[in-house]
Amino acid sequence: MQSEVKKVLSGDVRTVARLIRDIDDKVPEVREVLKALYPYTGKAYVIGVTGAPGVGKSTLVDQMVAHLRKEGKTVGVLAVDPTSPFSGGAILGDRIRMQRHSLDDGVFIRSLATRGHFGGLTQSTRSAIDVLDAMGKDYIIVETVGVGQDEVDVVRSAQTTIILVIPGMGDDIQAIKAGILEVGDIFVVNKADREGSDKTVHELKLMLDMSQEKYEEGRWKPPVLKMEAVFDRGVKELLEEIEKHRMYLAEKSGGTSFRKTRERIREELSEMVKNRIIEEVFEKLIQSGEFEKAVNSIRAGETDPYTACEDLVIPKLNLAEEHGRKR
Amino acid sequence: MKDRKLRVMVAKPGLDGHDRGARVIARAFRDAGFEVVYTGLHQTPEEIVQAAIQEDVDMIGLSSLAGAHIYLFRRVVELLREKGIDDIVVCGGGIIPEEDIPKLKKIGIREIFTPGTKLEDIVQWVKENVKPRIEGVKCKVK
Ligand SMILES: Nc1nc2c(ncn2[C@@H]2O[C@H](COP(=O)(O)OP(=O)(O)OP(=O)(O)O)[C@@H](O)[C@H]2O)c(=O)[nH]1
Ligand SMILES: [Mg+2]
Repeated sequence: MQSEVKKVLSGDVRTVARLIRDIDDKVPEVREVLKALYPYTGKAYVIGVTGAPGVGKSTLVDQMVAHLRKEGKTVGVLAVDPTSPFSGGAILGDRIRMQRHSLDDGVFIRSLATRGHFGGLTQSTRSAIDVLDAMGKDYIIVETVGVGQDEVDVVRSAQTTIILVIPGMGDDIQAIKAGILEVGDIFVVNKADREGSDKTVHELKLMLDMSQEKYEEGRWKPPVLKMEAVFDRGVKELLEEIEKHRMYLAEKSGGTSFRKTRERIREELSEMVKNRIIEEVFEKLIQSGEFEKAVNSIRAGETDPYTACEDLVIPKLNLAEEHGRKR
Repeated sequence: MKDRKLRVMVAKPGLDGHDRGARVIARAFRDAGFEVVYTGLHQTPEEIVQAAIQEDVDMIGLSSLAGAHIYLFRRVVELLREKGIDDIVVCGGGIIPEEDIPKLKKIGIREIFTPGTKLEDIVQWVKENVKPRIEGVKCKVK
């Protein structure tokens, strides 16, 4: 493990790649490595990019990487694509747009599948962020498809979250409102070369204004930018806005690194605890078939959900003892 | 390690501009439950190998419709070897003349799938011959 940690800290690509695989596959030993890496995290700046399928997220990430590299910054990219609920497989195609950076030592790109474990995406993405952070990347960009709650949660691990939309999304913009509007720090209307971009900018601004109470004096007010990512138009301006947001956060936290503010630690730990409980209790009940059995019993009128729930959960709650014994 | 997922990369080295075949195979792999990293057209062997390392895949499937497959495929195998990587299986597919197949196998391409091969046979071959890396991080917990 010592050498594993050292290799990550020295930026060894192969070790980092394998570690992320082990995180994804939930290899329990990986936690020991993550514990040892934690003191070296908190330096990278994490940017989330989200939006509906095909709005140009990967194209934008690719351009952002190019700009950041010109400034001499190193970049890690985590590109998340959905796992097929039918087969459990996934096509991870975000890399297509970013392959020009694959020979650049200053860039590490990794495609991840959502895998559909309950809230596990956030956990594994966060751990992957930690690894890239410890590896020494200056910026980490996380791309997710902005559809599910899980994906929205992922971008909440970012310091700056960018929401991409395209002109003429109309109803989709309404849909965005549901969960994503709140998490956006910067809104981008991409494909501005298409008709209707001004209207979309206007609609977005209106929607943001309607949630105005949130933006009292001194609070960050999300800007709305126009962009043509394929043509590299508007990307520089976006990076400037990100920098402004970064300054805003730095000021707010009084110099504490974002990841180590009380608020963040609380949020990350609470996620982690919930996930661990799901992993240790819920997933085990599913795997052992006890859960399905209980469903059948309720259906058959042999028990009620309240009793069934107690019967399932209570025996699992002396975990600490169990773990203590294992040690 | 029940959660270990097979990760494969489908890559198109060389200059030809068609990736329909590559996309079809990528979908078949997804439907078989694999995680498929697709890197798009016109990849150099260097780019393919670097991507495969970053993505920690168990297999690279190379698709080629143009003539340079011998050179390109060999280069991928060589680069892996140079980097000391011996646990990524390399396969090839596409329009590849019969007489080239033994040559390709000799340089380290594990299997070649020509256009006649059924998708389910390819998937079956992968399932039988490529296993997700089993060993986890080497870490001793005191
Ligand atoms: N016209 C136009 N097309 C664009 C622009 N930006 C991206 N595209 C195109 O939009 C398509 C989708 O781009 P991606 O970057 O793959 O989009 P994405 O949001 O990452 O897609 P998913 O990851 O599949 O959800 C590509 O064909 C891009 O070339 C733009 O500014 N204008
Ligand atoms: Mg994408």
